Amino acid sequence: MLLSEASSAGGYFNLVPWVVFFPVIGLLINAFFGGLFLKRGKAGEGLVGGIASAAVGLSFVISTLLAVSLASHPEGQVVVLADWITIGELNLHWGFQVDTLSVTMMLVVSGVGTLIHIYAIGYMHEDVRHKGDPSRFRRFFVFMNLFIAAMMVLVGSDNYLMLFVGWEGVGLCSYLLIGFWYDKGQDGIGNAIAGKKAFITNRVGDFGFMLAAFSIFWAFGSFNFHEVFEKVPEISQALPGVILAITMFMLLGVTGKSAQLPLFVWLPDAMAGPTPVSALIHAATMVTAGVYLVARSAPLYTAVPQAQNWVTMVGALTALFAATIAVAQFDIKRVLAYSTISQLGFMVAAVGMGAFVAGMFHLVTHAFFKALLFLSAGSVIQGVERGHHHVEHDAHLKKQLKGHAHDFDPQDMRNMGGMRKQMKLTFWVYLIGAVALAGIPPLAGFWSKDEILAEASTLNPKAYWLLTAAAFLTAFYMGRQIILVFFGKARSPAAEHAKESPAVMTVPLIILAMLSFAGGAFNLPGLHTFTHWVEHTLEFVHAGEFNMLVAGLSILLAVIAILLSGWIYFNRYRQMQELPVAKRPDDPLRQFLGPVFTWLNHKWYVDELYKMVILDPYVALSRFLADTVDWRFWHDWFHERVIKAGFDRLSALLAVRVDLGGIDAVANGLGAATQRLARSLRQVETGYVRNYALSIFLGVVLIIGYLILR
Amino acid sequence: MLPIQYYIGLSAILFTLGALGVLIRRNAIVIFMSIELMLNASNLAFVAFARLHGSLTGQLFVFFVMAVAAAEVAVGLALIVAIFRTKQSIDIDQLNSLKG
Repeated sequence: MLLSEASSAGGYFNLVPWVVFFPVIGLLINAFFGGLFLKRGKAGEGLVGGIASAAVGLSFVISTLLAVSLASHPEGQVVVLADWITIGELNLHWGFQVDTLSVTMMLVVSGVGTLIHIYAIGYMHEDVRHKGDPSRFRRFFVFMNLFIAAMMVLVGSDNYLMLFVGWEGVGLCSYLLIGFWYDKGQDGIGNAIAGKKAFITNRVGDFGFMLAAFSIFWAFGSFNFHEVFEKVPEISQALPGVILAITMFMLLGVTGKSAQLPLFVWLPDAMAGPTPVSALIHAATMVTAGVYLVARSAPLYTAVPQAQNWVTMVGALTALFAATIAVAQFDIKRVLAYSTISQLGFMVAAVGMGAFVAGMFHLVTHAFFKALLFLSAGSVIQGVERGHHHVEHDAHLKKQLKGHAHDFDPQDMRNMGGMRKQMKLTFWVYLIGAVALAGIPPLAGFWSKDEILAEASTLNPKAYWLLTAAAFLTAFYMGRQIILVFFGKARSPAAEHAKESPAVMTVPLIILAMLSFAGGAFNLPGLHTFTHWVEHTLEFVHAGEFNMLVAGLSILLAVIAILLSGWIYFNRYRQMQELPVAKRPDDPLRQFLGPVFTWLNHKWYVDELYKMVILDPYVALSRFLADTVDWRFWHDWFHERVIKAGFDRLSALLAVRVDLGGIDAVANGLGAATQRLARSLRQVETGYVRNYALSIFLGVVLIIGYLILR
Repeated sequence: MLPIQYYIGLSAILFTLGALGVLIRRNAIVIFMSIELMLNASNLAFVAFARLHGSLTGQLFVFFVMAVAAAEVAVGLALIVAIFRTKQSIDIDQLNSLKG
């Protein structure tokens, strides 16, 4: 039915619901039949993963068709699928907004998603065996498809409430996948705690989003994007404070979902999930939902410059703050996690200051190279794991381990080093990703980041300096990571015996590397392809000026940062390796930064601060409420003393006084009275006939007397 | 013809005698005879009034009363004989086993 309509005026627009349906179909097939497939061993795994990948791939095909249609009908279309809620004036439907902005997101989600799904076939094949539960292979792909479906609902929605459905859906999938190995991690519950942390932190943000959505309905009487945005000029005249409140509440939602200050703490812990999850959900797609939300709500934000300023500063501060932390992390995925937070800060700052195209552009390129980096990191981790496995099963090599085998961490960069020889392909794609992220031309990251910086230099100088500093640190920590992982000598037997990953993992890496390399071509200065693409949807778009000075400065800083990291980690690290183990510091940067390094390594003690300021008082309050208020007051005093004792007394009163003393007494009294009466009446029954006869005579006399005298 | 008052007076005297007999005497047969006296007192009143009103209804009632009295005597004497056989007495003061 939908196919036949596709040829009509709207092009392929009517196909849009299928971007959601395909992943749902995929997850249903795997949920019901995946168990059967898996019985066939590795071929079955390929089938499960293939179905999941194909489902996302078909979504990508649909997205591409939508993009093709948009090229000829750039104004887009709203495709209504079904009615949802009809209450009074509120008339909500499941509707898909097909326009250049949403289709851009769909392309990114399904495109990068497909590659990550394919990669995950290889990754999870080993991961489930390494973690010892192959039956979870199917669950993984079901969750991943569910995530894609939810994300498509989020980006495809034409109203805030349906967007919220997707928003919560991706949050749920994030929770499920962070805690995928819920029985693993620190003390056997570390991953479950990480999932819980992500979920609860996001809840704080969701609360902001909900308030924003309610306020929108209160002020505009609608959830629909078109209807809301049409009324913005009118309402911003009448109720400027309300728009500010809406945008600020929405900002809270954005800080939750997109891991900005102050709610970013969940994202680093979210690395507990399998690496494809980190790549798909916690780098490329879900965390960019906040950026998309601000870009989508552009008419609201442009109406209140104050809110724009807040968004920009939150983004810029996050960018710098997270970048400083990334410098001092040892976990390969944590570095990337903080890098993601930092880059999300760039995007949020960009959309905050009104540079929507720059923000969305960075979102796209970041999806490419951050997915690439995470997937390559996964490849590295599994390479090390394979090496570790090899070492453990080799009696001769095992002696060299000297008992370190049990707490070996395959993600710790201190255990790596020199891996460019063992994992050539991974090294090269990692390098491309890192250079793209560091902002070296002509790779993708340079163009998008530079566009943000150029916009910031004119729109918000304060943010510009913060972002520039962050960009400098970005180049530094990526240089550090590359050198720690791939250069120098292997610092553990596992790294020495690392093995390259199979083709099912490396092919997606190569494709992503190409995208990371050339992704900047979407919006080259002067051509502005992407700007013209997005401007059909966002009327506030302006083509960013290419600022030679800004570009030059950022390239210069990036190069300096890379050279600096090279100097520190090549020279100093090599010198350090000569020292005896006891005197050897774990990171040469510690020598330069001293206590600051410890401070950074502990993430500015933000988790501890939150624990002290929020968690501990909260726990203390809960304790107080549970022990004192609930147990002692409600239970011991109120329930036991007041209610139970009162009830006892009342029932005693009822039993003794009312029941025994009243009701029983009446009943017994009646009986006794009847007996007494009967006893006295017995006197009458003498048994002598003449007494009875006399009574009869007297009675007759009385009756006749009455009749006569009447 | 004698005035009606004489008949009624005689009937009342006879009835009173009968009633007193029932109440005072202890011999069951005497009580029986007293009851017959009361019945015949009423018979006398019936016949007197029937004559006064020139109607036969009163006389008809007298026949009924006589029939009932005959039946009563038959049953009553049978009872007295049965009581005498068990108690060897017809003193009704000894028949007080219904005393409450």
